Amino acid sequence: MAPNASTRETYGKVLVELGRENPNIVVLGGDLNKSTFTYLFAREFPERFFDFGPAEQNLLSVAAGLASAGKIPFVSTFAVFGTGRAFDQLRVGIAQPGLNVKLVCTHAGIITGEDGTSAQSIEDIALTCSLPSFTVIAPADAVETAHAVRAAASASGPFYIRLYRPSMPVVHRDGCSFHTGKAEAMRPGRDVTIIACGIMLAAALEAAQDLSAEGIECRVLNMHTVKPLDEEALEAAARETGAIVTAEEHYLNGGLGSLVAAALGRRFPVPLETVALTRYAESGKPEHLLEKYGLTAKDVERAARRAVQRKRR
Amino acid sequence: MTAEAGSGHPGGSLSACEIVTSLYFALLRHNPQNPRWPERDRFILSKAHACPILYAALARAGYFPVEELMTFRRIGSRLQGHAHIMTPGVEMSGGSLGQGLSFAVGTALAGRLDRRDYRVYALLGDGECDEGQVWEAAMSAAHYKLDRLTAIVDRNRIQNDRFTSEVMELEPLADKWRAFGWHVQEIDGHSFPQILRAFQTAGDIRGQPGVIIAHTVKGKGISFMENNVDFHGRAPNKEELAQALKELGEAERLFREGHA
Repeated sequence: MAPNASTRETYGKVLVELGRENPNIVVLGGDLNKSTFTYLFAREFPERFFDFGPAEQNLLSVAAGLASAGKIPFVSTFAVFGTGRAFDQLRVGIAQPGLNVKLVCTHAGIITGEDGTSAQSIEDIALTCSLPSFTVIAPADAVETAHAVRAAASASGPFYIRLYRPSMPVVHRDGCSFHTGKAEAMRPGRDVTIIACGIMLAAALEAAQDLSAEGIECRVLNMHTVKPLDEEALEAAARETGAIVTAEEHYLNGGLGSLVAAALGRRFPVPLETVALTRYAESGKPEHLLEKYGLTAKDVERAARRAVQRKRR
Repeated sequence: MTAEAGSGHPGGSLSACEIVTSLYFALLRHNPQNPRWPERDRFILSKAHACPILYAALARAGYFPVEELMTFRRIGSRLQGHAHIMTPGVEMSGGSLGQGLSFAVGTALAGRLDRRDYRVYALLGDGECDEGQVWEAAMSAAHYKLDRLTAIVDRNRIQNDRFTSEVMELEPLADKWRAFGWHVQEIDGHSFPQILRAFQTAGDIRGQPGVIIAHTVKGKGISFMENNVDFHGRAPNKEELAQALKELGEAERLFREGHA
């Protein structure tokens, strides 16, 4: 097993570096700053850090005001609050004018765990991908998180970055060639392509390794940028491998699977299998939840076998 | 403008007429030739449906040609149905009530960080104060002691469906703002001397934000629109427009002759 590392702690540390490099970076939080690791920035730059308490609507609209005056606000809270509670503020206040606000939320997905369904954000990708001017990134590990946060800081326009509560396996042990909007090729293969984002990339790679022993060679694409989707890489994968599997730790409707299905339908339809959540989960340990709700490497493997069979029919 | 468009919000535009006029032609430090001038004072129209009054002021101040006003709400126009930053001089995209005061808090914080001395004004509707976010913003403006921020509540007592007292009782409104840590003034929102004096007082406050509750009449200046709920969100028809313009012409004549 690969060593684990925390995406949110990495985020907090990168923010401090960015704060040193660029005086226009400001950070806003909603009384969850220990959990999101923005307290590190607050400690070093107290004058550029603002807490608004658990009042996410105000939080996001204040960020819009700061952005309109030339600041680069990074807003952090839990994913359920930052996207769901303040969706209208994201829509009218940030997405429609295209303001330079960076929403980086932690505690996404069911792996938030014991706190239960109210805290488990399985709709955040769908919500943010429904906003035309937003770029949406679900990093696969701590290494990629650092690249994504830096990319967001140097690009203009609204970003949503999805981070997690538990530490995660480091997939990018030999570095990371991150480009916003460009899928990363993780493994070559000709039989089927697994397209994954977030924590499911590690599961996809594990599945690909196991399937290789059975003689099924999987291409694995890291679709860290869910919006805009890298449709060129997707079409090439469909043409060259003839079958696609998506893997995400998010609700199917409006998530990576839906977006890939729509793009495939337009560009080059091939058999598609989806590994995603299809209902709300419950309290529990992350590994138990992933098992029960069908988000393990074994689930990806089964989906890949189904896709290969459908291709041969 | 609304008559030409066949839709829009004349009532709440007319109630804010003297307030917006005072800001753009007496108070704001601004430059119509350079709408994004960093040192400018910011006027944020949180009740973004009242954009006709803002567009009229911006056009007269020179942000864009007066003729463009007749393109309001038309496809391809820069003058959107609710204020949007695509219009030169418009600071914030609005249209969903309750967001403007928060936006104003953000611009005021940015001004403090950059050591700029610009002031920030946010105009809210009274019905808009039903939105919980207004009070989140109010709390945070007081917490951060934003004394360069002035809110104005257009207290015309009518919201979309009915009178505010029927939809959702706001009183005691001044006490609410005081309880949230604000300096409060109440004025006649159609009296230029009172408006100018209130802004002067608001500018002298230190250590807390100020709010001006401007008591106004919805549809002010047009007899059949005044205090008429119907004209919150409907444009006058041809006959009504003729009557309205006649009344406004009469008012202007009296003003120029020194009777008003």
